[in-house]
Amino acid sequence: MRRTLLATTLLLATQAGADTSVLTVYAGDYFTSEWGPGPKIEAGFEEICNCDLQFSTGDLLPRLLLEGERTKADVVIGLTSDVTAKARATGLFAPHGQDNAALTLPIDWGDDTFLPFNYGHTAFIYNETTMDAPPASFDALLEMDDDIKLVIQDPRTSISGLALVLWVEAVYGEKAGEVWTKLAPKILTVTKDWSASYGMFTDGEVDMVLSYTTSPAYHMFAEEDFTKKAAIFPEGHYFMVETVAKIAKTDAPELADAFMAYVLSTGFQQMIPTANWSLPSALPEDQWPDGWAQLPLPEKVLFYSEEEAESRKDQAIETWRTALSQ
Amino acid sequence: MAHRAQPVIGRTGTLAGGFVVAVVALSFAGLGLRAEVGRGLGPAEWAAIRFTVVQSAWSAVISVICAIPLARALARRRFWGRGALITLLGAPFILPVIVAVLGLLTVFGRTGWVNEVLGTLGLPGLSIYGLHGVVLAHVFFNLPLATRLLLQGWQSIPAERFRLAAQLDLPPAMIRRTLEYPLLLQVVPGAAALIFVICLTSFAVALTLGGGPRATTIELAIYQAFRFDFDLARASLLSLIQLVLAGSAALIVLWIIPDFPLTAGLDRKLRRWDARGGVHRALDAGIIALGSAFLLLPLMAILLAGLLGLPEMPSVVWQAAGNSLGVAVLSIVVLLAIALPMAGWISTRRAGGAEAIGLIGLSASPLMIGTGWFILINPVADPVPLALPVTALINALMALPFALRVLVPPMRDVLTTYDRLTRSLGLQGWPAWRWLVLPRLRAQIGFAAGLTGALSVGDLGVIALFADPDRATLPLQMYRLMGAYRTEAAAGAALLLLAMALGLFWICDKGARWRAEV
Repeated sequence: MRRTLLATTLLLATQAGADTSVLTVYAGDYFTSEWGPGPKIEAGFEEICNCDLQFSTGDLLPRLLLEGERTKADVVIGLTSDVTAKARATGLFAPHGQDNAALTLPIDWGDDTFLPFNYGHTAFIYNETTMDAPPASFDALLEMDDDIKLVIQDPRTSISGLALVLWVEAVYGEKAGEVWTKLAPKILTVTKDWSASYGMFTDGEVDMVLSYTTSPAYHMFAEEDFTKKAAIFPEGHYFMVETVAKIAKTDAPELADAFMAYVLSTGFQQMIPTANWSLPSALPEDQWPDGWAQLPLPEKVLFYSEEEAESRKDQAIETWRTALSQ
Repeated sequence: MAHRAQPVIGRTGTLAGGFVVAVVALSFAGLGLRAEVGRGLGPAEWAAIRFTVVQSAWSAVISVICAIPLARALARRRFWGRGALITLLGAPFILPVIVAVLGLLTVFGRTGWVNEVLGTLGLPGLSIYGLHGVVLAHVFFNLPLATRLLLQGWQSIPAERFRLAAQLDLPPAMIRRTLEYPLLLQVVPGAAALIFVICLTSFAVALTLGGGPRATTIELAIYQAFRFDFDLARASLLSLIQLVLAGSAALIVLWIIPDFPLTAGLDRKLRRWDARGGVHRALDAGIIALGSAFLLLPLMAILLAGLLGLPEMPSVVWQAAGNSLGVAVLSIVVLLAIALPMAGWISTRRAGGAEAIGLIGLSASPLMIGTGWFILINPVADPVPLALPVTALINALMALPFALRVLVPPMRDVLTTYDRLTRSLGLQGWPAWRWLVLPRLRAQIGFAAGLTGALSVGDLGVIALFADPDRATLPLQMYRLMGAYRTEAAAGAALLLLAMALGLFWICDKGARWRAEV
């Protein structure tokens, strides 16, 4: 059976090679599962490109760094803003060639290499049936009773955890150490990744979880559960973005360019909210899917540029670690 | 015994040992090719190293201390469902960490079952988060292993000895001193060293149950260095420190194990005349009940959550289950090909120093071995199609120390006991394996194979670094579901994983003991 499978694969591969050109897209691991955005992107792009889009998944940046010039990728999708500095330094990427003016992000985006395709913000999520007085500001969060328990992610191992320490840094600056000391008794624990935190929240082990402003959307639109809410703070929320970029030495430059253009197309953008549970990067609010415009979002958005984030990161993590290790 | 047993096994053992060393050493060479001088180790890393050693030592000691009465009770009693219970008690060991953590929290968490009961009784709740939580979780994972190893030791005492003790009317204290203590001295250090090494590489469990960055382990620092800073030099250095810690623990322990050769019995059914009294019975029953409750309640939580999630589970999960099964079978084959010759080689040496080689696969971070091999393979071939075989190989290496711990003592007994017979018959090489070793070790071989298969099914492994969309394994697919908010479906996948791992273990374990006494 294995042999048949191999033969079929070879046959299919040859056929694909004969008829159409291939665009290899490296994506984050979650991307290509049938409940991720990958399959929809593949179908959407193959409709217009007369090509074969092939995803290859894994740990994006480590893999690119390990492969270097030998990478097979034509396009890389899913690099977050906290790793773009390292990715840029590889020299593997070419300008994306799209007009940034088409973007509808809450911040100005001047990067001509990494093109955002979705965004969100960090936020603490709570269940309104068990928490009747959620904090109305970051200050209020700090003053909450210590019996209210939070779970957060580790900034050393998780992107959302890193966004949280940068968030605290952006709101409180010098006072970040005091903030963490105040939060420490409320932080029930810290997890390696977002999944474990969110699992603890849905299991009822904690009152609030560090997640995204778009998390309630999943519960609303996929589960018709309207009890999960994001606590919106007037101090602002940290901005998180995922980008797509083109490999300079791609052997399919036209296809790669076509893919970059496809990312900004209305079809792609309208699919993003429910496929990726995040906000579209280039779509006016009135064209968002039904109900999405009503999602409570912060008025103020905080974001460090690549260089600034890179220079503040280590100190911010150390402040966090010291305060929480007491 | 005045002389050592003859190496009926031949040279294959050294070859297998060399292979293991080569796999790990080459991966480090690969890492060395790409490592640039990083920032070295700071106070945070040293704190991580200290914490890792402390929590591993506590976890090992407490696991073994709890395992002694449990194994003793299980060894002395025969009751309906005993075999099934022993298999089931092994389940925590093979659970993916995230599943086990959520299961443990359902029972021991802030809003868990234990605290609910305490609350209704008007008692203050207890918090699981802290060093004690880390140790509790590690005992949950490793108590089954320790129990199994001790139980096997107990069962290696020939039934005739207990018969003789009964005829001489030895009091229980005397039986302990003449039969059980020497046995414990033989098995306990090895089991403790093994658990110490397993806990060295703990990461997500330690962090979550430790309550925050106080509970930072070396493995977390490796992950951080690799994944976030891409500082391969620091990651490799930390990985080497982990290896050295594991290696030293193993060497110390294996050198102090006394030589305790047992003469063979007639493989009679074990009866314990010394523990027939009501008090003994009640005590053993209480210990078994307590141990089972501790290990089975979190499993029950996983089962309940999983049953709710099964209907939500998308069909691709089954495809992933197929991939995982393939990896598991391959791991078993690789493991047996390495472990049997190695066990034969080690058994013929007096001191067990060589067994430390078996530990390096477990103590070297799988992430680092996978990365090292990725670097080596990448210039000559596409690593992606090799993702599943490499995963199988690394899983086999991780299971190797367990297999050796299980295989070496009985193999040593067989080789010493039948030494004169094999010499006079000139029995060597394959015929010696076929007629002497394999039939007498089939229970242990089955156990080792089952354990490897089960571990392999449950392990996320290195596949996360470079998986093809179609080559996802079951744990990877489960993590993907969790990452996409589909917590219920993920619980279903976790249950499937648990069932598969246990099923595989049961088939190997039971199959090998077919028509043999437990």
